Amino acid sequence: MHRLLMLSLCAALVSSAAFAQAPTGKVTVVTSFAKDVTDPVKKAFETATPGVTLEVQNRNTNAGVKYLEETKSSNQVDLFWASAPDAFEVLKGKGLLQKYAPKASGIPEKIGQFPINDPAGFYFGFAASGYGIMWNERYVKANKLPDPKEWQDLAKPVYYDHVSIAAPSRSGTTHLTVEAVLQGEGWAKGWGTIKAMAGNFRNITERSFGVPEAVNSGQVGYGIVIDFFAFSAQASGFPVKFIYPTVTTIVPANVGIVANAPNKAAAEAFVEFLLSPAGQQVLFEPGIRRLPVNPDVYAKAPADYPNPFKDPRLNSMIKFDVAKSEARNDVVDVLFDQLISFQLDSLKAATKAIHEAEAAIAKKDNAQARALVAQARELIAAMPVDEAAASARETASAFTGGKQKGARQAELEQQWAVFAKERYAQAQAKAEEAAKLAK
Amino acid sequence: MTMALPAPRARARLSATPGQIALALGIAVFLALFLVWPSATVIYVAFTEKGGGAFTLVNFADFFRTDLFLRSFWNSFYVSAMAVAGASILALPLAYITSRFAFRGTALIQTLGFLPLIMPPFVGAVAMQLFFGRNGSVNLLLDDAFGFKIPFMEGLNGVIFVQSIHYFPFILINLSAALRNIDASMEEAAQNLGSSGFRLFRRIVFPLAMPGYIAGASLVFVKVFDDLATPLLLNVKDMLAPQAYLRVTSIGIADPMGYVIAVVLIVASVAAMALSALATRGIDYSTVQRGGGGLARRKLRPYESVLAYLTVMLILLLVLAPHAGLLLLSFSTVWSFSPLPDGYTISHYARIFGESSLYIKNTLIYASLAGLIDVVLGTAIAYLVLRTRLVGRDMLDWAASAALAVPGIVLGIGYLRAFYGVKLWDGTPLASWIVIVLALATRRLPYALRACYAALQQISVSLEEAAENLGATKLRTVRRIVTPLMMGGMLAGFVTSFATAAVELSATLMLVQSNSDAPLAYGLYVLMQSAAGRGPGAALGVIAVLLVGVCTVLSHFVIERGRAMPQAGH
Repeated sequence: MHRLLMLSLCAALVSSAAFAQAPTGKVTVVTSFAKDVTDPVKKAFETATPGVTLEVQNRNTNAGVKYLEETKSSNQVDLFWASAPDAFEVLKGKGLLQKYAPKASGIPEKIGQFPINDPAGFYFGFAASGYGIMWNERYVKANKLPDPKEWQDLAKPVYYDHVSIAAPSRSGTTHLTVEAVLQGEGWAKGWGTIKAMAGNFRNITERSFGVPEAVNSGQVGYGIVIDFFAFSAQASGFPVKFIYPTVTTIVPANVGIVANAPNKAAAEAFVEFLLSPAGQQVLFEPGIRRLPVNPDVYAKAPADYPNPFKDPRLNSMIKFDVAKSEARNDVVDVLFDQLISFQLDSLKAATKAIHEAEAAIAKKDNAQARALVAQARELIAAMPVDEAAASARETASAFTGGKQKGARQAELEQQWAVFAKERYAQAQAKAEEAAKLAK
Repeated sequence: MTMALPAPRARARLSATPGQIALALGIAVFLALFLVWPSATVIYVAFTEKGGGAFTLVNFADFFRTDLFLRSFWNSFYVSAMAVAGASILALPLAYITSRFAFRGTALIQTLGFLPLIMPPFVGAVAMQLFFGRNGSVNLLLDDAFGFKIPFMEGLNGVIFVQSIHYFPFILINLSAALRNIDASMEEAAQNLGSSGFRLFRRIVFPLAMPGYIAGASLVFVKVFDDLATPLLLNVKDMLAPQAYLRVTSIGIADPMGYVIAVVLIVASVAAMALSALATRGIDYSTVQRGGGGLARRKLRPYESVLAYLTVMLILLLVLAPHAGLLLLSFSTVWSFSPLPDGYTISHYARIFGESSLYIKNTLIYASLAGLIDVVLGTAIAYLVLRTRLVGRDMLDWAASAALAVPGIVLGIGYLRAFYGVKLWDGTPLASWIVIVLALATRRLPYALRACYAALQQISVSLEEAAENLGATKLRTVRRIVTPLMMGGMLAGFVTSFATAAVELSATLMLVQSNSDAPLAYGLYVLMQSAAGRGPGAALGVIAVLLVGVCTVLSHFVIERGRAMPQAGH
């Protein structure tokens, strides 16, 4: 009986291996990419692989992860396809992805300082993206604002109330931007830069595309975004510009095969297609505008297309430590929410007071006023947790839900919020005092 | 409130028939299966202890210890109350003018006044920003001409502004239905006694229409209290519903706090509904005479006519501005930091032409099925609550109303947990479009319920008693007497459920399994994630609005015809 079962199993395996030669049927992909990205890829893939139809389920990254988790008992999804590498790390950690070794050639191991594929072989980079600043030229012209070059520029008084960002807890790409600044400048200095910038924020949106949308329509001037938002907006005719600051990082957008995929053969075919030269060239489409990971494909790129493999600026970018980012992922997001997103009004009030004090000092210098402003800036930059505590297991476990004992998320959040609120109020008072002294 | 009319108090039935008990049980099972259980699979976390999973209330203590949550709670309360006031200011004149006077274009106004409820997700927000935003058309023109801007869309006041425009149709539609149901003899009696003009309206007409107003106002309050789309679009995060949503969908998906907020939302919504029920309890709004065609419609004097048209035009201009923006956006090439688009094109419609027919078909099927389920359930619940003394009948009402407060995302995840993997008798998985319909029906049930409830409140129980005295059975009475008299309210309920279900996104986004099952709102969501998708998204949004608008006109047509027929028989 057992032998019979084994035999038939072997037979089934052999026949499924034979099937792998010519994938057929429906292959389902859960993705966070817009229709403008998925449609051209779907079309090209289906032409290149006759007999296979690509079924696209569009969900935002978080909802997609949640969906795979909730439906794993009878999984119907073959592929997960999204930008943020951390989402893939989460899926990998929960055993929701399966290993695969892509056969495609010509793709280097690293782009910038970032490994293109997951070293363990669970997901694969197919396109690269960098983070930077985009702005609306009409808005900038109407308000007579200068072009920024670095993150620190956005902290200047002239940009007050003109900048927008997505909350890192809501947008995997913004999270990476924040993390890149923290890794590039160090924990304390990095948060100082971020909070100084945040004092100029017009708003903090709850989805990634909210920022480019606001810049495109001219509701805000500047947005901190991932590059393709700006490139595809340019391709659609919007009057926007984009630059990469020095401290940024290029990270890959990924695809992975879901564990127990119902149509594994077709899923593999899709991965191979994305990494093939034909699939890489689709990324040049005006609606997509992402950076291919195969350096040879750039020969066919449209004019002025950034090339991360050639551009010295993009190549000298900082080394991004994925493990470090992963360890403090939730803590960084919650810190940003509690110290910035939910305290934006008091942070902005304090920042405005500092700007006014500095303007007064510039007209009439006063040593005491300068000292007060310096103190106010320190108060704003102060952090309730240092780098070691942020990565510590005790802190991180407050955000993992009911599994571990320890501090509750709400307790920590309240502590951090009070910490920030008090200091922002003190900073505002000191800056106002300084302004009086300098008058 | 004191009633001007010495009306007999409603005599509720002393006992329930087996049929009524079976009906109540059926509804209870439906609500338990499709609302309580799926929500419970998610929300129970609110009552568990971190690290152990034991029952605890410490999370609720945390809620009241956290400044952010308390601030959010008061903000939500303030915004909801102010939005009710704002919505009333917009709805009262429209309802009054169109129901009391012989006024040309009543049907058109009622339909147009209904449109703001149908604001397609995402793209509606973009259109509003382009019109009323900091650098929207209005402010750019103002700044150019006078050098100042009006912060329509800033902070809590912005939320109140947008919510008033968005939800005032709830009051308009329910109040208009109620005004039409008032017996003309009441008004005549008052006129014979020397009352007229505004005094007549204030003392007689409006009090009699109170159930409709309360039904609409309570819906506005609860809906604004629980709405997360508008605050998030304006980047206002310190309100309760956005807080719950932000936590449940990012860090804190495993944390109890998001679900604690959901519980607070549900309790607050049920409390608001219960309060509104209390406000109309013990007062009889029913009038006996039926079929007379409602209030007499007075002819307007010329100067009154001008005033009335001016008021109506002004209000419509304001509340339809977002739709005008949407229409412009759907024809525009690039629209950025300018009062009007740079150029115009019809290519966006060409792009969505092919795929939109599938979305339209799905949306029509889902929304009308959901609306139908809602009206049937809503009528049944209203009947049980108002006409029987079944133990626990109020529970049915509250449970159904609580659906308004369960965040869509919570219901979506709950449905996945409860029904994913459940197969139907023929082997097809239940978790396909059927689940989407059930989720839509559950989420929109409170709308239909409030409309049916108000309609039944206005029917005198003595009409049914008369029918029964003449030998009709309960079922026959319901079929031949109650249902025809409630028709206006039921249609109002259907239209509200249908229209809002047609643009619902938050729960469906979790449940859509394949593109071939996707409704319009999903298509919009997919388009509105990229710069090139903005125009096509707007075009799809226009189609959604047109679709619902046409259906609304059709149902008005049906109401009017239903009203005309018995009169012809006189």
